[in-house]
Amino acid sequence: MTRRRVNIRMPALGGQGAVTAAHIIATAADYEGYYAVSNPFFGAEKRMAPAESYARIGIEPIFDRGEVVYPDVIMVFHPQVITMGKSYTMPFYSGIKRKGLIIINTEEDLLTDADKERLEQLEVKVFNFPATKFAIEIAGTELSTNMAMIGALFGAIGGVGIEAIEEGIKSRFLKKFVASGGTASLDSALERKFKKKLELIEKNLNTAKAAYELAQKWAQEQGLEPFLPPPPKKVAV
Amino acid sequence: MQVQEEKVIYNRAGQRVVSPDYLLFEAPRTKHFMTGSEAVKEAVKRASVDASVSYPITPQSEAAHLIGELWVEGYVGVYFRGESEFGVMSEVAGCAMAGARTITTTSGPGTLRAFENFPMWAGTRIPVQLVLMARGVNSPLSIQPDNLEVGFLLDTGCMIWYAENAQDLFDMILAGFVVAEQPSVHVPVITVVDGFFVSHTREAIMLPPDDIALPPYNPYKAPMPVIDAEVPPGRFLRDPFVMKSNYISYATHASWQWEVRAAIERSRPFAKHYLRGLTEEFGDPEAELVFVACGTAAAQSKEAVRLLEDEGIKARVIKLKTIRPFPIEELRQAVKGAKYIFVPEFNVVGWLEREVRRYLYGHSDAEIIGSPRVAGGMTMPAEVIVKEVLKLTGKEVKHVL
Repeated sequence: MTRRRVNIRMPALGGQGAVTAAHIIATAADYEGYYAVSNPFFGAEKRMAPAESYARIGIEPIFDRGEVVYPDVIMVFHPQVITMGKSYTMPFYSGIKRKGLIIINTEEDLLTDADKERLEQLEVKVFNFPATKFAIEIAGTELSTNMAMIGALFGAIGGVGIEAIEEGIKSRFLKKFVASGGTASLDSALERKFKKKLELIEKNLNTAKAAYELAQKWAQEQGLEPFLPPPPKKVAV
Repeated sequence: MQVQEEKVIYNRAGQRVVSPDYLLFEAPRTKHFMTGSEAVKEAVKRASVDASVSYPITPQSEAAHLIGELWVEGYVGVYFRGESEFGVMSEVAGCAMAGARTITTTSGPGTLRAFENFPMWAGTRIPVQLVLMARGVNSPLSIQPDNLEVGFLLDTGCMIWYAENAQDLFDMILAGFVVAEQPSVHVPVITVVDGFFVSHTREAIMLPPDDIALPPYNPYKAPMPVIDAEVPPGRFLRDPFVMKSNYISYATHASWQWEVRAAIERSRPFAKHYLRGLTEEFGDPEAELVFVACGTAAAQSKEAVRLLEDEGIKARVIKLKTIRPFPIEELRQAVKGAKYIFVPEFNVVGWLEREVRRYLYGHSDAEIIGSPRVAGGMTMPAEVIVKEVLKLTGKEVKHVL
């Protein structure tokens, strides 16, 4: 199945880093040479309340904005999205396109027989992936759940490699400090902070990478083909 | 032989001053990946801005605090926090009257709270810039994208420009100062984007280097003197005409309002140049099915044009970059041959449909349809636009959804 665009919807709970994940996904895809856009959608949200973010990746310029109503991929960041209906849409997979993919952060199967039947009709593949458990084991913190989800996404849909993911993570956490209009130097306190940051990035990268490899293997077993053609060569302007 | 020496001028931040044409059209650009709010920062950084005032209301974007960061870095002359949105819009007026290039940003309820100031800005002929990230207007309470407030602003005497994405917004902010400060124009400019859909969305954007900037504002080129209590505009505030009840004061007030609107009209050639046209077209130029839209509605219409193409239906989008001045001639020319004109909008009242009808009255035989229309934070998926179009034009739906 050839697509021109992959639209990704990420139902999550506030505080899980789904907005960060969307930004990293889009940045990584952009680095790989695809067109990409990410955006969050939230109200006066708080921790553990439903929050959603979206990423769009394609081989032609993307104009589309706002909530992804008809996703190709749904990444469920927390079991409560399903078990407690903490989702902007009910059921959480509403609008999913034929031959789509659902990645669920869970250690057990959360879908009912009716869900399964509907998704099978649509030829949607479901990947139950314990991202939080994975994050705790590899990074030593559940805060890296979003990194595991990012790795799992690209491992499963292909197209965007580890190097691009690394670039996406680095650009998010190593925002360039622009010293201008005066003098600015990194003092020792900043340097210590910087060292801590590098360690954090390293852990996040390891988590994403391990998840990527696991999902890639899963996709091969399932016979999943890459969701997008190779990235178009972007004209440097 | 005469040797011409070009003197290199630097602004307050130590950036090399270049011509607006060089900054907007000629300077080499590199790709960056950022949100609409960050694009505001990048534009302000290259705009030799003298003053900015902000107020942390909800809803808001990161733009105002990013301008604050620029002040810390030395790119913005003065930056402070107003006591309310009303305070902010009054204080930026004060800065502008004193001869400063001034910018601020607001959204939804903040716009309404400050509203009295917008016609005041226009009446005092200050070229202040407001970056408006349109969000819902109460009630019911909403902080989501919705552009009803733009309908309220149309007749304040400010220029209204509408950006589709972060790139548009970056270029429009720079062009906005240049056009608003023309001595023959010299009225405020409101550069609008849809909140969330642009402010919070991260996308690729091409930026010129950040060591060059617009020439600083020269208040001595203003058509009216900088603030002075004895002559306009200061005189208006100290001693308004209408405090004297006589015919000449009413006539002066009326003629001044006409003059503000005439100034907006005089902005056309400058806006055309610096925005590369007041409209932009996308899709099959021969198509009889036309979308007229601005902002995110234009973006969604472009996606719909692609989907319609898959259905075997030709369509096109006429994107309006300016609403005040309204691109009257451009629109009339562009809709020649149109059979259906759809005006998709992110508000319940359809203010753009009204505008389109007003200016096409007697100039087009096309059926004008104010649809689809969403509000209060709703998304307008391209699939929904296509469904609506197929339904209203009586065409068979093949494979949408």
